[in-house]
Amino acid sequence: MASDATTDTTKRDFLYVATGAMGAVGTAVAVWPLIDQMNPDASTLALSTIEVSLSSIVEGESVTVMWRGQPIFIRYRTADDIAQSKAVPMEELKDPASDAERVTEGQEQWLVQIGICTHLGCVPTGQKSGSAKGDFGGWFCPCHGSHYDTAGRIRKGPAPLNLVLPDYNFLSDTLIKIG
Amino acid sequence: MSGHSSYNPTNPVAKWLDSRLPIMRFSKEHLMDFPTPKNLNYWWTFGAILAFMLVVQIATGIVLAMSYTPDAALAFDSVENIRRNVNYGRIIQATHAVGASMFFVAVYVHIGRGLYYGSYKEPREVLWILGVLIFVLMMATAFMGYVLPWGQMSFWAATVITNIFSAIPIIGDPLLQLLRGGFAVDNPTLKRFFSLHYLLPFVIAAVVALHIWALHVPGNNNPVGVEVKSSHDTVPFHPYITMKDLLAIVLFLIPFAWFVFFAPDILGHPDNYKPANPLITPAHIVPEWYFLPFYAILRAIDFDMWFISAKLGGVIFFGGSILVLFFVPWLDGSKTRSGTFRPLFKPFYWLFIFNFFLLTYLGAQLAVEPYSTLSKISTAYYFGYFLIILPIVSRIETPNPLPASISESVLGKGGS
Amino acid sequence: MNRMSRFFKSVLLAVGFGISSAMLVVPASSVVIIDAELQDWSFAGIFGRYDKNQLQRGFQVFQQSCAACHGAKQISFRNLSEEGGPSFSESQVKALAAEYIIIDAELEDGERAATPADRWPEPFPTLRDARAANSGAFPPDFSLLAKARGITQRFPAWALNYFTAYQEGGTDYIYNLLVNFTDAPEDYDVPAGQYWNAYYGSTLAMASPLFDGMIDYEGDEFPETTEQYALDVAAFMMWMAEPGLNSRKQMGFQVLIFLFVLAGMMVMVKRKIWSDVKH
Repeated sequence: MASDATTDTTKRDFLYVATGAMGAVGTAVAVWPLIDQMNPDASTLALSTIEVSLSSIVEGESVTVMWRGQPIFIRYRTADDIAQSKAVPMEELKDPASDAERVTEGQEQWLVQIGICTHLGCVPTGQKSGSAKGDFGGWFCPCHGSHYDTAGRIRKGPAPLNLVLPDYNFLSDTLIKIG
Repeated sequence: MSGHSSYNPTNPVAKWLDSRLPIMRFSKEHLMDFPTPKNLNYWWTFGAILAFMLVVQIATGIVLAMSYTPDAALAFDSVENIRRNVNYGRIIQATHAVGASMFFVAVYVHIGRGLYYGSYKEPREVLWILGVLIFVLMMATAFMGYVLPWGQMSFWAATVITNIFSAIPIIGDPLLQLLRGGFAVDNPTLKRFFSLHYLLPFVIAAVVALHIWALHVPGNNNPVGVEVKSSHDTVPFHPYITMKDLLAIVLFLIPFAWFVFFAPDILGHPDNYKPANPLITPAHIVPEWYFLPFYAILRAIDFDMWFISAKLGGVIFFGGSILVLFFVPWLDGSKTRSGTFRPLFKPFYWLFIFNFFLLTYLGAQLAVEPYSTLSKISTAYYFGYFLIILPIVSRIETPNPLPASISESVLGKGGS
Repeated sequence: MNRMSRFFKSVLLAVGFGISSAMLVVPASSVVIIDAELQDWSFAGIFGRYDKNQLQRGFQVFQQSCAACHGAKQISFRNLSEEGGPSFSESQVKALAAEYIIIDAELEDGERAATPADRWPEPFPTLRDARAANSGAFPPDFSLLAKARGITQRFPAWALNYFTAYQEGGTDYIYNLLVNFTDAPEDYDVPAGQYWNAYYGSTLAMASPLFDGMIDYEGDEFPETTEQYALDVAAFMMWMAEPGLNSRKQMGFQVLIFLFVLAGMMVMVKRKIWSDVKH
C-alpha cells in the first residue's frame, strides 16, 4: 500500500515536471521571434556584401563607398606612395604592420580600408584630392589629430591602431567583393 | 480576504521586505490563496484568456512599432517590409492582426457569460461597469490599430468612423477637424492614431487592474449564482484555478495558431492590401467582423425620426447600443443571478445571442432589402432585450428554487 | 472532464446554431455573383506548398507579358533565388538583375546596373507616364495583387474556407480574369480602348495579355496555352504577395503539434490536481 502511494507520487511529480518543462520551452520558443526581429533584417543582410568596380578610379585618387553603413576608403596608390610606405622601419610604427600585410599580393596599388578612425570613430579626411592628408600623405583625422600614412597605418596622434581592413577579395583585376 | 493571512515569512530578507512593501503577501493572498468557487465552469476561464491576450497584443505591438513607420507615404510599405524582411515579421504581424480578432472572440464570450449568469448584479455592479469600459477602450484601440497599415480599408474606415462625430449638432464639424487634424483623413490623423494606439493598451491594463480589484472584493460569481457561504464552497486560486486557466489558454491558442499560420488574411479584407487612395472608395466597405453588430445598428437607422436626421439617429443608436450595457445591473431587477434558474429569462437570452450573430451577419451585407428590414428588426430586439424584456421578465418571472449553497449544488448532481 | 465536454458541446452549439441559423434565415443575396471557377492550386490549404517549377514558368510569363506595364515594387531580385520561391540560382539572379538599370541620382552617370539587393525597377518613371502609356489607366502593381483581390462565394463555400484555410480567392480571380476576355454581349457598346471581360462583367483598359503559344516553355510537359500561362502567372503572383508561405505553414505544423501535446499533458495535470475536489 505504502509503496503504491509512493509510485503514484513519483508518477505525479514526473508529470508535473514534464509539463512544466514543456511549457517553459514553449514560452522560450515563442519569445525568441520577438527578440530575433531586432537582428538585421533580410534587406540589410542582402547588402552585407557588395561588389565594387575599380575600373573608373584614376591612379593617385580615392573613392569612398558605403558598406554596412560605414565608409570604405579605396585608394589607387602611386608607385611613390608604395615606396614611401615600404621604406618605413617597423620600429617606428605604433601598430606594426608591413606594407604587404595591408594589401593583397599582386594588387599592391589598391588599398581598401574602413574609413573610421580607430581612436573615437570619426571619419578621417584625405579622400578628396584637396583635403588634408596629414603629415604622412595618407589620412588625417580632424577630431583629435591622428595621422595615417599611405598604407593607412597610424603614425602620429591618439589613435591606437591602423585603419581596419574589411574582408574583401579580388574577383578580377578591376572588381572587388567586400564582405 | 483580509484579517487572516497565511503569509508568515521566516526568511529575514522576506520579513524586511514584507514590513516595507508587502508585495509577496499581496501576491500570495490574491494570486495563490484567493478563495474561488469550486463550481466555476470553463466559461469562467475567458477572463484569464483575455488577460493573456492583452499581454500578447502589447508584446507583439511593441515589437512591431520598432519597424513600423507612422507616415502616410511610408506606412503601407513599412508594414510590407515587416512581413517580408524583418526576422519572423510575417508571424509577428499576423499574430497581432489575428490576435485582435481572438481578443474580441474572448471578450464577447466573457460578456455573454456575464449576461447569462447575472454576474453584473449586486454587489458586482462596479466590476461590470469597469468591464464595459474596458470593452469600449478595446474597440477604440482596435479601430485605430486597423488604420495603421494605411491600406484602402484602413483609410476608409478612418474616414467613415471619424465622420460619425460630424453628426453631432453645432460642434460636429469643428470636432471632426480636431480629430482628423485636417479637412480629411491624412498624415496627421495617422500619426495621432499611432500615438493613441500605443497609449490605450496601457490604459486598458490599468482598468483591468481595477476590474480585478473590483472582482476580489466580493469574489467570483459562479454558475449557480449563490454566494460563497463557507470554505467548503471554495478552492484556493492556486493551483486549482491557475492550472485550469492555463489549460484554457493553451486550448485557446490552438485556433489562434491555426489562423496565424494557415490563414492569416482570412479574417481581413483583400482591399487592405491596396495602398490608401483618397480618390477611390472600395466598392463594398465593411469593418472588421468584430464591429459588424454595431455597424449593422448604425446602418439600420436610415430614416428621420421627428427632428433627428437619419445620420444623427444612426449615431445615437450606435452609441446607445454600448451605453445601454452600463445600465444592465439596474435594468435586470431579478434577485436570482444565474440564468440556469430563470425559465422565462432563458429563451429571451438565447434569442439575444442568436440576434447578435444575426446582426454580425447583417453588418457585412449591402444596405439593400431584405437586409435593411432585418437590420431594423434585429436592432429593435437588441434594445428591446435590455430596455423592455429584462425589466419585465425580472418582475413577472418565478425563478426555480436555488440550492442552499455551492456545495449542495455540487453534491446534488446525482453523484456525477 | 464531463464539465469540459459539456463546455465544448455548448460552444459548438452556440456557434453552429448562431451562424447557420443566421445564414438560413437570410435569403440568398440579391447581388449578382459571377461564379469564379476555382482552380486546384498547389499552395492551397494547410498542406499546400509552392511548386518551384510553376513559379519559374510564372516568372517567365510575368517577365515576357506583364512586366512591360505592371510593376512589382515590393520584390527584390534576391527574392527570386530564395528558398520557397522560384529558387533560381544566385548566379542566374545576378545575371538577370544586371540586365536592369537603377536610376540613382547620387552616381556620376545617374544610373547603374541592378544587383540582387535592388528592388524590381518600376516600369514607368512616374504615375503620369504610366497613365499616358495605357490610355489613362494605371496598371496596378503586381507585388500584392494576388492578396488584394478576392472572389465572392456563396454559402456554405465561404464559411468552409475557415476550416480548410483556403485563401486562394485572389489567384482564382486572376485566373478567371485572364481566361475570360471574350466578345462582348451583342447589346453592349464597348468604348474605344476598352476590352470586354466576361468574368469582370464589364470592360477593362487591358486587352487579353495572353494568347496561345506566345511564350516558349522549356520542354513540352506543359501546354503553351492561355489557360496554362494564366495558372502559372497567378501562382507566381501569389508567391510575390506571400513569399514566406512555405516556411510559415511548415512552422504552423510544428506549433500546432506542440500545442496539442502540451494541452494533452495539461489536461492530465489539471485532472490530477482537481481529483480531490468534488466540483
